[in-house]
Order: sequence, then C-alpha cells, then structure tokens
Amino acid sequence: MNDLRTIVSVADESEEIFINTDNDDSERSGPTSTRSESTTVFGFLAIATFVPLVFFGLLVAEPHSEQQESVKLMFIHLPSVLVTYVSFFCTLVCSILYLTKKSKFWDLLAGASAEIGVLFCGILLLSGSLWGKPTWGVYWQWDPRLTSTAVMFVMYLGYLAVRRMDIAAEAKSRRAAVLGIVSFLNVLIVHYSIDWWRGLHQGRTFESSEIKIEGWYLFSLMFGMLFFSFVAIWMVIHKFRILWLEYQLERMDLELAINERRSEVNDLDSSIDADEEELLFGGGS
Amino acid sequence: MAQASEDNLNSTDAIINLQDAIALIDNYPALSGMNFRLEQGETVHIKGPNGAGKTTLLSLMAGLLPLHSGQGQVLDNDLSDLGDRRRIRRLTGLLSHESSLYDELTVFGNLKFWCSANKVEHEIIDPIMDRLGLSGRLRNLKVSSLSAGQRRRTSLAVIVCRRPRLWLLDEPYSGLDEAGQNLVDAFVQTAVTFGASVVFASHDSDRAKKLASRTVEMQGGRLKTQKLDSGSHKTRDYIPIESGEPLPDGTHSKGGNAND
Amino acid sequence: MVRIVKEATLMIRDALLIAKKDVRVEISSRVIFGQVLPFSLLILILFGLAISSDLIVTGDAKRTVLEQVSPGLFWLAIVFSSLFAVNRSFKIESDNGNLDALRMAGIDPAAIFLGKALAISLLIFILDLFVGALAVVIFNASIIDFSILGVTVFAATISISMSGTLYAGITAGSRSKDTLMPLLLLPTMAPMLLIATRSTEAALFSEDQTGWGWPMLLSVLAFLYTGIGMLSFGALMEES
Repeated sequence: MNDLRTIVSVADESEEIFINTDNDDSERSGPTSTRSESTTVFGFLAIATFVPLVFFGLLVAEPHSEQQESVKLMFIHLPSVLVTYVSFFCTLVCSILYLTKKSKFWDLLAGASAEIGVLFCGILLLSGSLWGKPTWGVYWQWDPRLTSTAVMFVMYLGYLAVRRMDIAAEAKSRRAAVLGIVSFLNVLIVHYSIDWWRGLHQGRTFESSEIKIEGWYLFSLMFGMLFFSFVAIWMVIHKFRILWLEYQLERMDLELAINERRSEVNDLDSSIDADEEELLFGGGS
Repeated sequence: MAQASEDNLNSTDAIINLQDAIALIDNYPALSGMNFRLEQGETVHIKGPNGAGKTTLLSLMAGLLPLHSGQGQVLDNDLSDLGDRRRIRRLTGLLSHESSLYDELTVFGNLKFWCSANKVEHEIIDPIMDRLGLSGRLRNLKVSSLSAGQRRRTSLAVIVCRRPRLWLLDEPYSGLDEAGQNLVDAFVQTAVTFGASVVFASHDSDRAKKLASRTVEMQGGRLKTQKLDSGSHKTRDYIPIESGEPLPDGTHSKGGNAND
Repeated sequence: MVRIVKEATLMIRDALLIAKKDVRVEISSRVIFGQVLPFSLLILILFGLAISSDLIVTGDAKRTVLEQVSPGLFWLAIVFSSLFAVNRSFKIESDNGNLDALRMAGIDPAAIFLGKALAISLLIFILDLFVGALAVVIFNASIIDFSILGVTVFAATISISMSGTLYAGITAGSRSKDTLMPLLLLPTMAPMLLIATRSTEAALFSEDQTGWGWPMLLSVLAFLYTGIGMLSFGALMEES
C-alpha cells in the first residue's frame, strides 16, 4: 500500500493539479479511499436537499386527482432525465477534450460520467415504466421518446463495453472517445427525428400526460433536481477516483512487467538436467 | 523533420537509431529498452528466441507502432511523432508473418492492387513476377490455392515492387524451399547495391550469417550481445564499421561508403 | 487550396481503388451472394411463418397483418444481413494483416473508410433488390411511389453501410468484435429502421402519404455518417 501512495503522489504535475482540485488535502484522503473534501461537501448537500424533498414532496404536496400518489414518481423520473442527459453531454465534452489534449484525466472522466449516465438512464426507464402503469394502464408505451431513451440506454451500454475492450490502452481510449462523440450525435439525431415526426403527425403519438407542475410540486421538484444532481456528482467523483487509481495500478503493473521482461535475458537454459529428464521421460532402468 | 535524400548515399546519419526503446503490444512490453543502430547499406541479422521481441522491433522500425518511451529515429524521422511515422511507412518495406494478401484475388490481381495502393507503376510487375517464379501457371491463380512458399514469394514480390529504402523482413526464409531462399538472398543483395539497407529476423543462422554484415541478438525485449561476423563478441551496444577498413577476418564490410 | 483539391482527388482515387478491390473479392468468393443473400431471403420467409395472416382494415385498404408490417420486415432483414456484410468486409483485411499493409502504403484512413463503405453499400443495395423483389411477391405489395421508395432504399443503404463501417473500425482488433460491433451498430440503426419503414409505408400504402420528409431525413443521415466516418477513421486506425 505504501507503493501505491507513492505512485499517487508522484503523478505528473498537471495530473496532480486535477486531482487536488477535488482533493484539497491529499494527505487526509490517502490512497485507501476515494473520499475527500469535495465528496463530503456534495454528500452533505445531497442529504440537505433530500430532507425537504421528502417532506414537501411526499407529505405536504397533495396527491394528484387521477394519479394519486404515483404522480410523485416524477420526483425520481424527471431529475433522472436531467442527470442522464447532462452526464452523456459531459461524456461528449470530455471525449472531445481527450482527443485534443491527450490527457488521461479526460478519458477517465468521460468513462465515469457515462457510467453514472447509464445508471440514471436505467432509473429513468424504470421510474417511467412504474409511473406509466397507473397512468396509462401499461408498463410500456411505444412512445417515441420512451423508445429512443431505451435505445440510448443500450447505446451507452455499448460505449461502456468498448471501454473494456481487449486492445492497447491508448488506442482503446481514443476509440472510446470517438464513440463518446458519435453516441451523443446519435442522441441528437434521434431527438430531431422525433420532433420532425411529431410535426408530421400531430396527435398520433401518445404524449406523457400533461401535468401542471405548480405549487408544492414545483417546489419539491426543485429539491428533487438538486438532490439527484448532488448525488450524481458525488458518484462521478468517486467513480473517477476509482478509475484513476486503477490507471495508476496499470502503470505500476507496466513498470513491473518491463523489469520482468528485461530480466528474461538470463532465463533460457536449453539443457535438460538429470531431474528434468527423469520427470519428462519417465523412470528408465 | 528533414527527409533523407534518395541520392545521398554518403549520408553519415544512421538509417535507424533506437535508444532504450520501449514499445507495447496490447499493454505488454514487447520491447523493454532496445538499443539499435543501422548504418546505410548494412544488412543486419536479428536473432533471438521466440518471444524476444523481434517482430515488434521490425513493426516499430516500420513506423507502425508508437514508442512508449525512449528515443528512435528512422530515416531522419522521429518515431514519437505520428506524422513522421506515416512518412517512415512509405519509405519502408515490411515483410511480416502474415501474408498481407487478399486470398480471393489472383497473384497478379494482388500485385496490381498493391502497386496501385503504393503508387508504383504497373510495368515492373511482370519482370518481378518472372524473377520470383510467379509467372505462367501461378500468375492467375487465387492466392488461397497457393502453397505457403508461393504465398511468401508473392508477399516478397509486393515488397520488391515498392523498392523501399529500408527493408524489414520477418523470417523471410520461412516456408521457402532452397531456390526460394536463394531468391531472397539475391533480392536483398541487389537492393543493397542500389542503396537500400536491410534488417531481417531469422532462425536460420547459417544462411543469415552469409547474408548479413552484422548479427544482433535479442532477448527479453532488448539486446543480448552483439558480434561481428568474424565471431568476436562485444558487449557494447554498437560497433561502428568504418568505411574501407577491413574487418578482423580480412573481409570488407558491405556497408559504409559507396567508395568501397 | 490547390493542395486540398489534389489531396481530395487522391483520397477519392484510393477509395475507389479499395472499393473495386472489395467488389472483386466478393465476385471471386461469392460470400454475400452465396450465403448472406439466401440468409436474408430465409429471414423474410421466417417472418412470414411467425406472423399471422389475419385480415385487418386500415383506411380504404384491406390487408393482412403480415402485409401491413411487411415494410418493417423487409428492413429488419436488411439490417440483420448488413451485420454479415460489414463483418465480412473487415474479415478479408484482418485475416492477413492487410490493414497494416494499407497503412504502410500510406493510404489516407478516410479513403479506407470510404472505399470499404462504398463496396458494402453496393453489396447491400443488390441485396435490397433481391430481397425487395421477394418481399413484393410474398407480401403482395403494390408500389405506389417508386421515386420515394428508390430514394429511401438508396439513403438507408448508405446510412447502414457508413455507420457499419464506422463501428467495425471502432471494434477492429478486439477478440469480442463479433458481438460488440452489432451491439454498437443496432442501436444506431434503430432510428434508420424507423424512418426507412415509415418512408417505405408511404411508398406502398395510400393512407400513409407523408411526402418527402422521411426520405430527406434519411438522406441527411447518410451524409452525416459519411462525414463522421471519414473524419474519425484516422483516429481509429492509428496504433492498434
């Protein structure tokens, strides 16, 4: 563990700056955890917004006439939408920055962001589906927006799979970056297509119910947005740190591998001694 | 980066200069600190056990791989720069393990394609095919129907058509019969007289010794020892061959100056 | 300015060289027409078996369920067949280390992308014709608007090939590319599938006239993917 501490603290100067931006007191956090001042701050913020969310959203706000309590799933569903799109947009930006600046920091941040994006996209789909059952009577609706979200979910699952491909590290990062950009372009294309379709077929599609969001609902929703945002940022920071530490481990492994490789010079001994002969060719007379 | 002039046979810049080169294949350090220098006109034999990194070394010198660390220049181009690496590739001919041919096309079809791809005129295809015994029956045969040796000769033909300044051959003799191996030697020697330099990896020490002006041994991704073909061993990484100077065994080096 | 034109000309020439080579390989090996084409025809027939022939009424027309969904089935068959076409296109290179040889030749990666994608487009386009002919017969289709259908098929084919080549480039060299490439390609083809189907319905069913909106959108997609592929192939091919 001491070696790991050394590796983390002697990273490139530029990289250290990025680490320390989130981590003002590197001594305290240490390499054994990904906690830091910033994650603690965001953690508190998250808890701070969770309380009013629950209080106002669930207790004070009155149930909707038709949808009763289930309408309050919006406090999960709508913020999840926000987080998902912001995360994937973040992946786009980080991918572009990685391709232009070549710093591993951007590559890892793109990956962390995408992973959280996929998580919240799943939550989005699940909450949307659970909301749909009491509202429309069905768990799934071939609403173009819902369908395209499901497609986006699988697309970014593919992105995560590409990040785990078995090719050289640098090439893999570069390809993932290209994919991070292309995937978001795909999302834009799909949205534009849907809007186009809605323009052509007014009323043919099944819109999610128009609910007037006002009063306590609006108030609570704001807390919901904040809460989910803080949680997401908290998770991204942690995930990024994990990826960073993994990266440092890889670098360490590479150094070890290089040294091991260099020592191969003395390895080969092509003669077979008596014991080996015994083993290989069996007990002769 | 200045381009090495085609006419400048008297250039004292080394064709290849590698210092502590580390190159990775799928995150594995295939080259773990290679030092290597090639002078104009030399024919260097790389030997070493399987897994020593010979193939990776050749790919690196062809400009196909990036340098993880260390320094390297090939034909006055820097291996750590992508643009330079692309320039190196055009000046180099790499005969690799894989055939680099299209199995479904004929011998002639492959050569036509690769000559067009490499911006080489098609007129030289027939004479070269002739010389390598690929005319006649084999010319219009699909590569998939060829024997291993015939395929090797076709791959070699592609390199010959390109007339590169630097020849990098990975096990050029493998799969070839006696006649085929003689052809390889003949082409290499001809190329050198026309100003090319050659590095080849081979397990066939006897033949290699006759062809090469110098042997370099690799193990564990870097140099083991280096000896002149006179048989003396040196542990320094490089022995410069002065032009005109006889080697310890009385022969002249095949490299160095065109004044020889 | 002159240099850009010269480079572009060279790039197009190289792309055509590669495209012609790919077509020649296909003519010689007959993998697409000997194996993939029968496969796509078979898919169409399997769809016919799996889907009921009940009658339904939409607007003025009386059609079976099968006939009603036939545009979608056609495009599904093409989409699945394209996976094989793209795979095959790159297999002929990876089998013998030809991508490295193309790099050694100094060919612009954009030319490699364009050339291979054009060849794949041509092959899929011919698949379109054969599978389409069968679809017209077994699904009892009558084409109302040939021009919309033509543009749709053309644009959809190009979109499929360009995006397929792009994702093949992203996953090239990986041992899991046979499963990973479809995982990337299919979600991207989802909107293309949707648009192409709606557009084809407009060409076949009188009650679905939506004009040139969909074909135009599809054409834009085709251009987009061509551009994206050409720009990014350099980054994808390097140092693999």
